[in-house]
Amino acid sequence: MTATVAPRDRVRMAGPGWWLANVATITGRNLHRLVRVPTLIAFATAQPVLFVLLFTYAWGGAVRPPGVARYIDYALPGIWVLAIAFGASQTGVAIADDLATGMIDRFRALPMTRSAVLAGRTTADAARNLFVLALMTGVATAIGFRFHAGATAALAAVALAVAVGLAFSWIFAMLGLLVRDPESAGIGGLLAVIPLIFTSSTFVPVATFPGWLQAVAKVNPITVTVDALRALCLGGAAPTQVWPALAWIGGLLAVTVPAAVLRYRRTTAR
Amino acid sequence: MKRFGRVTALGGVDLAVPAGTVLGLLGPNGAGKTTMVRVLATLLPPDAGRATVLGLDVATRPGAVRRVIGVSGQYAAVDGYLTGRENLRMIGRLSGLGRRSARHRAEELLHELDLTDAAARTARTYSGGMRRRLDVAASLVARPRVLFLDEPTTGLDPRGRLGLWRLIGQLSAEGTTVLLTTQYLEEADRLADSIVVLDHGVVIAMGTAEQLKAQVGGDRLELQASPGTDTHALAGAMAGLGTGEATISADDSRVVIPVAHGPAILPEVAARLARSGLRVSDLALRRPSLDDVFLALTGTSAAPSTSDTATVGSRR
Ligand SMILES: Nc1ncnc2c1ncn2[C@@H]1O[C@H](COP(=O)(O)OP(=O)(O)O)[C@@H](O)[C@H]1O
Ligand SMILES: [Mg+2]
Repeated sequence: MTATVAPRDRVRMAGPGWWLANVATITGRNLHRLVRVPTLIAFATAQPVLFVLLFTYAWGGAVRPPGVARYIDYALPGIWVLAIAFGASQTGVAIADDLATGMIDRFRALPMTRSAVLAGRTTADAARNLFVLALMTGVATAIGFRFHAGATAALAAVALAVAVGLAFSWIFAMLGLLVRDPESAGIGGLLAVIPLIFTSSTFVPVATFPGWLQAVAKVNPITVTVDALRALCLGGAAPTQVWPALAWIGGLLAVTVPAAVLRYRRTTAR
Repeated sequence: MKRFGRVTALGGVDLAVPAGTVLGLLGPNGAGKTTMVRVLATLLPPDAGRATVLGLDVATRPGAVRRVIGVSGQYAAVDGYLTGRENLRMIGRLSGLGRRSARHRAEELLHELDLTDAAARTARTYSGGMRRRLDVAASLVARPRVLFLDEPTTGLDPRGRLGLWRLIGQLSAEGTTVLLTTQYLEEADRLADSIVVLDHGVVIAMGTAEQLKAQVGGDRLELQASPGTDTHALAGAMAGLGTGEATISADDSRVVIPVAHGPAILPEVAARLARSGLRVSDLALRRPSLDDVFLALTGTSAAPSTSDTATVGSRR
């Protein structure tokens, strides 16, 4: 083999710096993949835009939630969460795929930090979500959406949406590790997302549900999150509406991150 | 030892790979080769026994083991959505190379594995052989002192195979300890300083290629009987020529005789055929195949070891 002439710029392979470097590498990997597949980009951007347009024009005439002038003002925070949840379900597919193709084996035989494979994937998801949120908000603005509570609240809303996306991504990463089969992970992801979305305040006020469903919807973390986002977008946000969402997201992350990392450590291909 | 439920994938393996040598792990499908590699590569915890790499126990010091090994698994594991170059750079970064070193090393390996022309294409578009070579390149990124290659030449064309053989030879000459698995005796013969034959998770023979071949008994003379020719008569005509019993194939069309010094006996074979008037449609001298090795070795050797230790990269 040819002798190396490059300076041996080796990295110190320990500590938080090493972890961060690994997460950055894996994040880069996932973002690269995203832009490498044109159809994936096309669909991944078309889907949120379609959600905005479909829900606004198909349901906007029928649903008139109290206290908002336009349905889009009411619906956009919910559509954000819907698009983010659908996007996150892809993480389950990707992780299951990495298991099936042996990529995870390759990573596990490297001296890299174990949790970086999952953390890098979810970080890439967060970056993608930021883009998707901007895109959806742009389209919504073109058809009449407005933030009503000022720039700070709007930014807080976006940050909260990204945070909830992170929690979703970790949940689906865990699902991918458990299910292992990419196709099942995809279907399983949708099975998990759809009931949660439809039994929440995402599209219609919970008050319109039958009594028993209202009880379910009120504890549904999606309701809690969408209500918080809505408060931040529409104005009149009291901290009491945001704390429950933060508590949910924090709680979910506190459980799923260690659980998924532990699962990852124990998982092998086959 | 490694069990999967009721299957004992490995049990009774006792092997040592001296530092800087190549060990060929030879065995048919399901023998336990991949399991062996995965245990040594810290991917599977052993259920019992002890496995060390450069003196590091894989069970208690997996992190340290991962810093000295390179692994190319049985199925190429590369990211299909990244280019060949990006794959190698990523592995370099995750192995502790700085940005510049990772770039430089990627180019070096793309060149060595004959992938420079395809470096900018996503690995999805690669042929099976190219993926395989990229996978091997990935295992070499960190210049590992110990290299595990699980059936590295499966799926390679002859040129790719020769190239890889040459590369493994070079690595070994530079002091890398290599454990490679293969189903081909020829490959083990060509590359390995010593060979371990594995069957049903048990070592059934070990030694140099020469020692194994001596056990197997040299070449095989195969006579394909013409239609209407009696195979027993054919075997009788060749009596005393081989080093062991002539066997007749199950479909009663072929006679196989183990012979010591292959080509030298061909004139005698021809003479006996002419004398007897028996007709053959094909006549071949074959090196012992894996089948022959197993025929000769299964059950014969091996009081299976019960100590279950694998030591890779030990000092001699
Ligand atoms: N994850 C697993 N679960 C159950 N059985 C397994 C698993 N991995 C391997 N085996 C079994 O262990 C034995 C050895 O397999 P393997 O190591 O892959 O053999 P080889 O690589 O020599 O073909 C086989 O009987 C195989 O079916
Ligand atoms: Mg195998």
